[in-house]
This record gives sequence, structure tokens and C-alpha cells, in this order.
Amino acid sequence: MMSDPVVHRVAAATPPRLAHRIRGLSDRTIAWLFVAPTIFLLLAVNIFPLIWTIRLSLTNFRTNRPNNEVEFVGIENYRRILTDEDTWTSLQATAHFLIWTILLQVLIGFALAYLINKKFRGNDLWTTLIVLPMMLSPAVVGNFWTFLYQPQIGLFNYFVQFLTGADPASFSMIGEVRLAPWSIVIVDTWMWTPFVMLICLAGLRSIPASLYEAAECDRASKWRQFWTITIPMALPFLMLAVLFRGIENFKMFDLVVQLTGGGPGSTTLLTSIDLKREAFEKWRTGYASAYAVILFVTVFGLASIYVKALNKVKDR
Amino acid sequence: MSSYSITEPSVRQKWIAGILVVGYAILTLIPLIWIIATGFKTPSDAIAYPPKVLFSPSLEGYVNLFTSRTRLAPEDLAALGEPTTWYDRIVRGYDMVITGPSRYGERFMNSVVIGFGSTFLSVFLGTIAAYAFSRFKVPLKDDLLFFILSTRMMPPIAVAIPIFLMYRELGLNDTQLGMILLYTAVNLSLSVWLLKGFIDEIPVEYEEAALIDGYTRFQAFYKVVLPQAATGIASTAIFCLIFAWNEYAFAALLTSGTAQTAPPFIPTIIGAGGKDWPAVAAGATLFLVPIMVFTILLRKHLLRGITFGAVRK
Amino acid sequence: MNARLLATSASLAIFVGATAAKAEDLTLCWAAWDPANALIELSKEYEAESGNKMTYEFVPWTNFADRMLNELNSGGKLCDLMIGDSQWIGGAAENGQYVKLNDFFDANGISMDAFIPATVTGYSEWPKNTPNYWSLPAFGDVVGWTYRKDWFARPEIQAEFKEKFGRDLGVPATYAELMDIATFFDEREIDGKTVYGASIYTERGSEGITMGAMNTLYGFGFKYDNPEKPYEMEGFVNSEGSVAGLEFYKALYDCCTPPGSSNSYMGEGVDAFKSGQVALQMNFAFTWPGFHTDANVGGDVTGYFPNPAGPNGDKFAQLGGQGISVVAASDKQDAALTYIKWFAQPDVQAKWWSLGGYSALRAVVEDPGFATSQPYAQTFLDSMAIVKDFWAEPAYATLLQASQQRFHDYVVAGNGTAKEALDGLVADWTETFEEEGKY
Repeated sequence: MMSDPVVHRVAAATPPRLAHRIRGLSDRTIAWLFVAPTIFLLLAVNIFPLIWTIRLSLTNFRTNRPNNEVEFVGIENYRRILTDEDTWTSLQATAHFLIWTILLQVLIGFALAYLINKKFRGNDLWTTLIVLPMMLSPAVVGNFWTFLYQPQIGLFNYFVQFLTGADPASFSMIGEVRLAPWSIVIVDTWMWTPFVMLICLAGLRSIPASLYEAAECDRASKWRQFWTITIPMALPFLMLAVLFRGIENFKMFDLVVQLTGGGPGSTTLLTSIDLKREAFEKWRTGYASAYAVILFVTVFGLASIYVKALNKVKDR
Repeated sequence: MSSYSITEPSVRQKWIAGILVVGYAILTLIPLIWIIATGFKTPSDAIAYPPKVLFSPSLEGYVNLFTSRTRLAPEDLAALGEPTTWYDRIVRGYDMVITGPSRYGERFMNSVVIGFGSTFLSVFLGTIAAYAFSRFKVPLKDDLLFFILSTRMMPPIAVAIPIFLMYRELGLNDTQLGMILLYTAVNLSLSVWLLKGFIDEIPVEYEEAALIDGYTRFQAFYKVVLPQAATGIASTAIFCLIFAWNEYAFAALLTSGTAQTAPPFIPTIIGAGGKDWPAVAAGATLFLVPIMVFTILLRKHLLRGITFGAVRK
Repeated sequence: MNARLLATSASLAIFVGATAAKAEDLTLCWAAWDPANALIELSKEYEAESGNKMTYEFVPWTNFADRMLNELNSGGKLCDLMIGDSQWIGGAAENGQYVKLNDFFDANGISMDAFIPATVTGYSEWPKNTPNYWSLPAFGDVVGWTYRKDWFARPEIQAEFKEKFGRDLGVPATYAELMDIATFFDEREIDGKTVYGASIYTERGSEGITMGAMNTLYGFGFKYDNPEKPYEMEGFVNSEGSVAGLEFYKALYDCCTPPGSSNSYMGEGVDAFKSGQVALQMNFAFTWPGFHTDANVGGDVTGYFPNPAGPNGDKFAQLGGQGISVVAASDKQDAALTYIKWFAQPDVQAKWWSLGGYSALRAVVEDPGFATSQPYAQTFLDSMAIVKDFWAEPAYATLLQASQQRFHDYVVAGNGTAKEALDGLVADWTETFEEEGKY
């Protein structure tokens, strides 16, 4: 991360000339006074729990058994999780969900941003309307989508009938193994494409017009301009959108738990839902803590690698 | 904005782009329109097949949302006499009587209190921390900033386990205060990062001038920086509020009877026997519409805020 | 320490309770369903008598266990009285979440002999079959079936059925007959509408599919463990009979349920039956009073029958229902006990039944007029006579999660075979009991 020039200027400007004029607290004190509450709260609500989680993950503690003796079990929980087939099933379900939502959202989101950037009249208002779904509560909206997905009374199957002629009573989006993974991809894409779109739009708008003008002078075709100017210039933004969506969807809980509850069977049992079951339904606190640590390390690790790649693209 | 000269899209291109975008927007709005419409259907219209696009509106969903009702035997009903209000009449049509208000009002108020409370706190703490990060030499600044950001990568369920235990010890389970503190902490990373961006943009010369005029640091911050950062603070506040308003995982795990907010409550609204979809839709409508209106009215700040982090870096 | 503390507080409560303490605000927690509304009605009398004010926290079934176990495990003070599900009793007793009621029962002349034995075992005892009581049976419930009596009575349907199966269309005595009826009605046009065979439980998130599939499993020979050797499940949980029972349940799901039945529980069953979508419906008995008074399926339109017999003549039904307990974390245990004392009175229990609450008091259900008091009363008695319950162990939630996943995976998602599902279940359950140190 780069250092901030403003700070240096203040630092340079403040001490000798002004220090004596500042009545009351020194800058140093103020800085600590201002930063401390934030750091304290984050330590209390994030770091302390994280350390506690790591400690719990080495025990067989169960929240619903206050009277049981808590034993130290070492890395036993980790071993069990990593050798448990169900963990890998839920990771696969998560991967399917991640890959397809990101792919669809990037394609549709970028296309929309590209179209909106044509600056037709009223694009501002329509952009806002497109953004609406992502502002709403995923749990509330996800719950309502179960209604839209109902085979006979829901709207979605009739929409499919309109497109393909399939009988709306003949299939159930959230009830069938082959369709359920797509049912959650569809709703997430509906909800979060606008987010990718906005970031892409920011990217497109940051491209200086002079680049295109120069290309025009060189008689480069529009197609060529798109591939040599638009895409490379927008790429860091696209990658950033992928990072945000990736982290968010790896954590995905509310929308999917309301939509499918992980079913049918374990078809859409994403890791967060699996974790919730272990922690708050089976109450295997130690085991679930180990699971949580594994997930956190995974997302943190993947995100760090990705950020490195992102920085390379940006530096190019 | 830079103006395009030769690169300005042609009229035809604009038309095609406009039609495609408007088409997508309409498609994407159908589920939201359907939520609002379902709220005004009768239960039997709501589950009619094929779905009814045209229907005669009814307030049954809203009546069911706000009341709890019980079924009475016909002789008991007859003994009650004629219904006196329009909502009594609706309920009586199902051989039921209203026994009192439902829990929706309380849940909604919890959402308001926790949403605004945590927003105020996270914006307040975020502003001062962002100011310090922006203007002072803070040891390990970059590490601290990255630490603040990284707290957002934790899956909520993962943090929920120790928080559940911690809150149990402290008696913060199922309290508004517990939820406010939690949401504040979750929102802090966003608020510090966004606000630092806004404050960085305010020229430091203003403060220097104020300091030379004899203001203290506090006064300079309060009288010079804050007014300048007002728009930034406002849009940060909206983001924090939207998050707290919509949050589900923590609310579902850490609240039950007292401090439960609307998102975990709305999906559990049921009618006699099965799910009362009009009541669910009515509850959802009242909960979602404020955010929709917000988004449309404040679109300039909101859209800027979303892309802010991305554009800056 | 806990046990002594509980005993002291319970005995303390008796004295305080007897001398009518100051007016309290009591919160009763239960599921959000029709009986809960009846209980509000019933409790008005208690409020008038005691001066205590009752407030209620009712949670829909699919979230009930989740929310309330969370509440108990977090030591919350939301609920003073808990009408908790029968399977929670082991955990609540061993972890000191409920107040032990023995002393209170003795001091107030409440005898457990006065209640239906199955409900005492099912709702109150822990460990099972020992006189340690943690709740008072509050609501008897059991899985049974409803059917469309009016459709069964139509001459053209009767004739066609007889031609096809060579016997009269009537209440099924065996699961095989039930399957015939379900296939017969499935996708049939009745009054211009396509109807389906049967609605059964398939819900994934809480306990639905287990509460459903267990009925056919019991009927086909499933046992939880070796009667000689507790917790030994190999060959009992996954016996040939169990496999056939689970296969039967899947066959019923595949052939005869209405579209979109992949996640149905009580509410969905009620909807399917009331809207005239299905000929047969599996559901807990609590839903029956609602059908009897319904505008579409009320009166003579609906008939009731208990679970039919399996291939070997075994007849069993999954127990539902709850006992009422005092929450140990509550500050108002004494006042809460006065509610239970009031609730246990025979005349209150009689009124409870008349309002639609299934009383478990023998004086009520053994009354000569009981069986004919409602059209479903006899079916309720017959069903209560054949009940079995799921594990009520402290590890119940873990055990239930395993069966939910295994059953849903096989029945709804169609993965693997019934044998594999039950073998997997034996492995899961054995692992859980090993963790518990019980096997």
C-alpha cells in the first residue's frame, strides 16, 4: 500500500510551527483517541472471537453440554473435517455456485455497463432501477423466491413455459437435484449482477476518450478498439468485482438458506449452511470451530493470492 | 466527464443500447413488482394457478400481517354480534376473530432501533478513525487498515460461535444493545475505508489555515473537516444502514423473542395451516419499500459510494 | 450442584405457589400453530384466577427447534414456561435446562398415572422408563392420515377401483393398500381438476422427512437398536424391513405426491389437502380439528385413519406432541409452576379438548363420550395406542440431522439406495453415540 502524501504534509507542517498554538491535546493523543475505539471494538468482536474459535477448535466442547468435561483433542477436529466426504460435497456445491454466479454476473454485468455507457437518454434512472435488487434483504427476497419457484402457482415456471413451452407443473426448480443448484445461481445473479455492472461502469468511465480518438485516427476497427482498449483498461475493475463477489459468495448464507435450505438432499448445502448446522443445530462447537477456521483460512488465502494477481494486472 | 467527439455513440447505437437495458430492467423488476402485488391479493388469489396478473385488490394480507387471529365455533361467533370495523369484517369472513396485534410491529421497530443505532455508532467511530488515519502518523497504519478490511472476510457464521458464547456470558444475547454493537463492528471496516477516502479528498490547507487562526485540532476537525465531509458521511451512513437493515445470519442466531429484527421474522409468518403468502408479501413490501425509495432518491451518492473503493485504487 | 439447586427451587416454589405470590408476567413458548391459539383462549381463565398475565412466544414449526434450543442453550430468560418437543427432554434434563417436577407433583397431588402412559414416557420422563419427570404432558399428538371421504364415496370411482384392484375402495388396512389408493387417485381428473395421490412429509431443514419416513419404517420392521444391547444399531436400523420401509416411502413420494412436494411439512400438507389437491394426507393429529371446520373439506368430506399395518402386521405411528416444562433459567419459576398446577386440573383439561387441544389426561380421553365427541377422536385414540418416538437422547439434534440428510438424499434427491442410506445412518448414529460415550 502506498503512503499518503497528505499525511506527510501535515506531519511536516504541524510540529515546529504550530505545536505551541495547539491548546489541549497533542496530535498523537488525538490520533490514538480517534483510532482506539474502532480498534478496540474490532478486537472485541472480531479478533478475540477468532482466537477463541481457534482455541475451541482444538477441543470437543459442545455448547449444549455445559456439564460435560471439555477435552483437548489437538488437531483431531481438523483431521475429521478434511477426511469427511460431506465437507468435500459441500465445497463442490460452493464451487459450482461460485463459478457460475461469477461467470454470469461478470458477463451480464459487463454487457449492461457497456450498453449503459452508450449514454442513451434516461440511462441514469434505468441504472438505478436495475440496482434495486442488490439493495434489498437477501433473506426476505430469497424467501419470496421460493414462492416464485413453486411449480404450479409460482411465476417462474410460467416464464420458462413462455420461453420453451415446458409444462409449468412438470418441473420444480428447488425440488429437483439437477435444477436446484441453478435455482440459487439464478437468484444470486438476479440480485448481484447490478453490483458487477456498477464497478464495470466505473471502469469504462475511467478510460480516457483520447485513447479511442487516437485509435480512430489509426483507423482501428471498433472491434479492435474493444479488445485492445476497452477490455484491458476495464480488466482491473472486472477483477476487483470478481474479488468482491467471490468473497461474498464464499460466505453465502442468508439467500440460499431461505431458498433451498441446502436441499434437496445436500445438493445446495453450501459450506456456510453446513457450518451453521454443525454449530447451531448439532451443537458440535469444537468441530464447527475447526470448520470455521478452515473456511476462513481458505478465503483469506485465496483472496491474498488473487490480490497479488490483481496488483500485477494493475501495474502492467 | 470527458466529452466524446468522434467516439460519441451513434443514435442507432443509443437506441439499441437503451432498448436492451430497459428490457433487462423490466425483467429484473418483475419479482419486486410481484412481491408488492401479492401483498394486495387474497390468500386464494395468491396461490391460484395459473398465477393471477389481474385481481381485485384486498387488504387481507396487511390485516393478517398486523393481527393475530383465532378461529371460533359458529355459535361463539354469532354471540359476538356484527363486526364493527372493516378489518374485523375481513377476518370474520374466515370464522375468525382478531385476538390482538401480531409481532410484526415490534420486529420492525427492532430493525429501526438496531439499524439506526448501529449506523450512528459505526459512522461516528468510522469518521474519527478515518480522520486519524488520513491526517496523522499512526504507527503500523497500513497494517491496521488492512486488518480492518480483513475483518470483513470472515463468514458471519464463523464469528457467530464465539460471539454466541461471549454474549451468553455477558447477557447480551437477544438484546438490542448486543445487536447494535455487533452490527457496528461489522460495518466499521466499510465505514473507515469509505470515509478515509472522502476525508483524503478534503484539502489539508483548510485545516492548516484554521490551525493558524488559533483553532485547536478538535475545533478544526469539528468546524472545518466535518462540514466538508458531510456528503461522504451521509452516503456512508446509508450503506451502513442498508447492511444493518438487511442482515439475517446474526439476527437469526443471536436474537429470538426480544430483539429479533424483521428479516428473520418475515419468512416465518404463517397463516392458518399453511403459509400466508399475502401476509409475507405485505411484510416484505413494508420492509423493502423504504430501501427502494431511498435508493431512487439518493441514487447519485449511493452509486458513487458503491464504486468508490474501486475507483480510488 | 444443579440437581440440588433445582430440587430446592422446586420445593420452594410449592410454598410460594401455595400462597399466591404477587402478580407476574409469564411468558409461554410454543410452536405457532392452531393449538397455540386455543391455548391463549384457555389461559384467559388462568389469568383471571391468578392475576398473572400471560404473554406468548410462538415460533413456526420449521424454526421452532432451532430457535428454542438456541434459547435454552444460551440460558435465555425469554421463556418461563416451555412447551418443548418431546425429543428435547433428554438434553434439557441432563443439562439442567428444565426444572425437575417430581417434588412439585408430589406436593400438589398430581399423579403421572392420570395421564396416557405413552405420553408420560414420551414427554415427561428422562431417563426413559424411570420416574423422573421434567414436564407435564400438555398436548398429545401422533401422525395419522386424512382422506377424502366424498371422493371415496362416489359410485363411479368405487366401481373403477373395484375393477382395477378387485376389492372395495375403503380405508387402507395395510401400506400396500394405501399405495394402491394413492396410485389410483394420482393425476386423476376430479371435478375438472387434476388431483394427486398423497401428501407426505419431505421437509429438509428441521425434522419433516424424518417424522414422515419413520412411520413406514416402523411399520416395515425398523428398530432403533438391539433390545438386548442398547445403542447397537447394525441389523436393526438397517434391517431388511427398514430398507423396504424406506423404499416404500420413496415409491410413495415418486408416484403420488403433488408437484413441488420436495420440502413439505405440516403446513404444506394442510394446504394440499384443503385446496383439494390430494386424496390422502399424512399429518399430525393436531391438524384434524382444522379440517373438520374447514369450508372446503369440513364435516363429512374428510375421514381419518391411523397408520396402516406393514407387511408383517406391525402397526406403529410416530409420536408428536409436547409436555409443558418450567425453564430453569427463568426468574419466575414459582409463578410458572402455578400455571402447570392450574393446567393439570381435570376440568381445565376437558375444556382444553373441547377447544381443540389434545388432552393427554386419561379422565378426558377415557370418558365414554370421548370417542364419539369428534369424528377424529377414535382415530386419535387408536393412533396414540401405537406410538413410537424418535431418539430423545441429549444428542437428539445430531441424530436428527443425520436422518434428515440421509432420508432426503435418498427419497427426494434420489441418490444411492435405501440400503446405502440406512447403512450410512447406522454409521452416523454410531459415531454420535461413540462421541457421547454411550456405545
